[in-house]
Amino acid sequence: MIRVNHLFKKYGRKQVIEDVSIQIEKGKITSFIGPNGAGKSTLLSMISRLIAKDAGEITIDDQDLTKSKNRDLAKKISILKQSNFTTLRLTVRELVSFGRFPYSQGKLTETDWKHVDEAIRYLNLEDIQHRYLDQLSGGQQQRAYIAMVVAQDTEYILLDEPLNNLDMKHAVQIMKILRRLVDDLGKTVVIVIHDINFASCYSDHIVALKDGKVVREGAPHEMIHSSVLKEIYNMDFNVERFNNHRICLYYT
Amino acid sequence: MKLRYLWIALFVLSVISIFVGVQDLTPLDLFRLGDGQSLILLSSRLPRLISIIIAGSSISICGLIMQQLSRNKFVSPTTAGTMDAARLGVLVSLLIFASASPLIKMLIAFAFALGGTLLFMKILDSIKMKDTIFIPLVGLMFGNIISSVATFIAYKYDLIQNMSSWLHGDFSMIVSGQFELIYISIPLLIFAYLFADKFTIAGMGEEFAKNLGLNYQQVVRIGLAIVAMVTASVVLTVGMIPFLGLIIPNIVSIYQGDHLKKSLSHTAVLGAVFVLFCDILGRIVIYPYEISISLTVGIIGSGIFIYLLLRRRAYDT
Repeated sequence: MIRVNHLFKKYGRKQVIEDVSIQIEKGKITSFIGPNGAGKSTLLSMISRLIAKDAGEITIDDQDLTKSKNRDLAKKISILKQSNFTTLRLTVRELVSFGRFPYSQGKLTETDWKHVDEAIRYLNLEDIQHRYLDQLSGGQQQRAYIAMVVAQDTEYILLDEPLNNLDMKHAVQIMKILRRLVDDLGKTVVIVIHDINFASCYSDHIVALKDGKVVREGAPHEMIHSSVLKEIYNMDFNVERFNNHRICLYYT
Repeated sequence: MKLRYLWIALFVLSVISIFVGVQDLTPLDLFRLGDGQSLILLSSRLPRLISIIIAGSSISICGLIMQQLSRNKFVSPTTAGTMDAARLGVLVSLLIFASASPLIKMLIAFAFALGGTLLFMKILDSIKMKDTIFIPLVGLMFGNIISSVATFIAYKYDLIQNMSSWLHGDFSMIVSGQFELIYISIPLLIFAYLFADKFTIAGMGEEFAKNLGLNYQQVVRIGLAIVAMVTASVVLTVGMIPFLGLIIPNIVSIYQGDHLKKSLSHTAVLGAVFVLFCDILGRIVIYPYEISISLTVGIIGSGIFIYLLLRRRAYDT
C-alpha cells in the first residue's frame, strides 16, 4: 500500500500540492482526475520519486520513499510519463529490455530475456518487436512502453495520461491492458486521466484533485454524480446509467 | 552494412596508407628493410596510421555519446564548442605553462574542454525552443565565441601561427615521440563501451533513467568527461577534425539504430575508415604535396551533413 501523508509542494510561489493525504490500495486501479493544473501529475511524480516533495511523508509498503535506494525502488515502483517520447532509434525489443535494467544493470541473463519475451507477448508486440519505435503508430508506441514497464515487473505501476493522443480504439485497448495487469497479474495501477468516462468504467478508486487539494475520493459509483462532478469541474454533467456503468454526458 | 565489411575496408585502406608517400616503400620492401625504410615505416607511416585510426574512431564515438546525452542528433564536439574550448586550453597552457609536459598540457586542455561542454549543456537546459537544428547553431556560435577569445589572446602574444596549426587537423606532422598521447583514448573508449547501456538509458531522458534506478547526473558527467578527455588528446596531437563526430554517428544510426551497445563498434570502425580514406585522398590529389585532413574531412563531411539535413526534412514530412 502507498500512503501519502500531509504532502506539500510549491513551484515558485504557487502552492501546487497542499496538504494531500491519500492511500492507494494494492491490487486496484486508482485514477487521479481533476481540472488542468490541479496537481495530478505533480502528485504522481512525487509518489514515483521523480520530483522531491517540500513536506509530508510518502511510504510504499511502510517504507519511507526518501529512505529507500533508487535502485531498489526501481524494482518496486515504475512510472511512465508522456515526456518519455524519444528521438532515439530503438527497436521495441531493445526498449522492453531496458525494463530489466534494475535487475541486470545492462547484462541481461536468461531469466531477464524470459521476462522480456513474456512482456512482448503480453502486449501482442511479437510481430513488431524488431521494428524501430519511430516507425510505429502512437498506440503501438504506448504499448511498447507499457511492455517495458511489465518487464520491469514492479508491484506498482504509475502512468501519467496513458491515453494522451490515442484514438478511441487504442485508448480502449490500453485501458483493457491495465485492467488485465491488475486482475491477472495482481499489479497496482495508478493513472492520471482526463477522460472521465474511462475513469468511471475502468477504475476501482477515483481521487479528485482541485487546486492542489483532494476534493473527494471514492469508488466510481460514489464519484460519478452530477453534483460531485460539478464541485470538481465547475460545469454541468448529465450522468446516465448504461450496462452497469455510469457515463457522463457533457458535450453540449 | 556488416561490421565485417568495415573491418575489411579498414584493413585494405591501412595497407594503402602505409605504402603511400613521397619516400618509396613497397610491400616487398618489408622483407628486406633498409635503415632508411624502417625509419620511415616505424617513425612516420605507422604512427600516422595509428593516430588516424584512433582519432577517427574516438572522435566519432565522442559525437555518438554527446548526441545521446544531449538528445540531439546534431550535437558533436564541433557543434558544442568542445573542440574550440580544448584549443583555448592548449593556448592557455602554452602561455602559462610553456615548459610543461604534454600530459600537463593535455590536462589543461581537458579542463577547458570539459568546462566548455558543461557550459554548453547548461545553455541547452535554459533554451526553451528545443528545435533540432537550432541547438547545434547555438553550439557553433558558442564555439566561435570561444574561438575568437583564443584568437584574441594568440594575437596579443604573437601565437597566431602556432595556433593555426591546431586549427587545422593534420596528420603529416605526426612522427613517433609526438603522438603517443593519443593512446589515452583507448582505455577511455573501452570505458565508454562498458557504460553503453547507461548512456542509452540516460539518452531517453532524466525521468526515464530515474524510473530505471539509474543515477542520471552521474552518467551524464562521466560521459561528458570521456568526451572532453578524448577531444583534448586528439586536438593536442592531431588538431581539429570538423564534422567527424557529427556525420559518422548519424550514418550508423540510420542502418544500425541508436542502441549504443550495437552501434558503438560500427561507429568506431566507420570513423576510422572515413578518416583514413580522407587522409589517403589528401595525400594523393596533389601528390607529392598534401592537403590537410581538416580540409578533406571538412569538404566531404559538410557535403554529407547537408545530405543528412535534407534527408531529415524529407523524413519529417
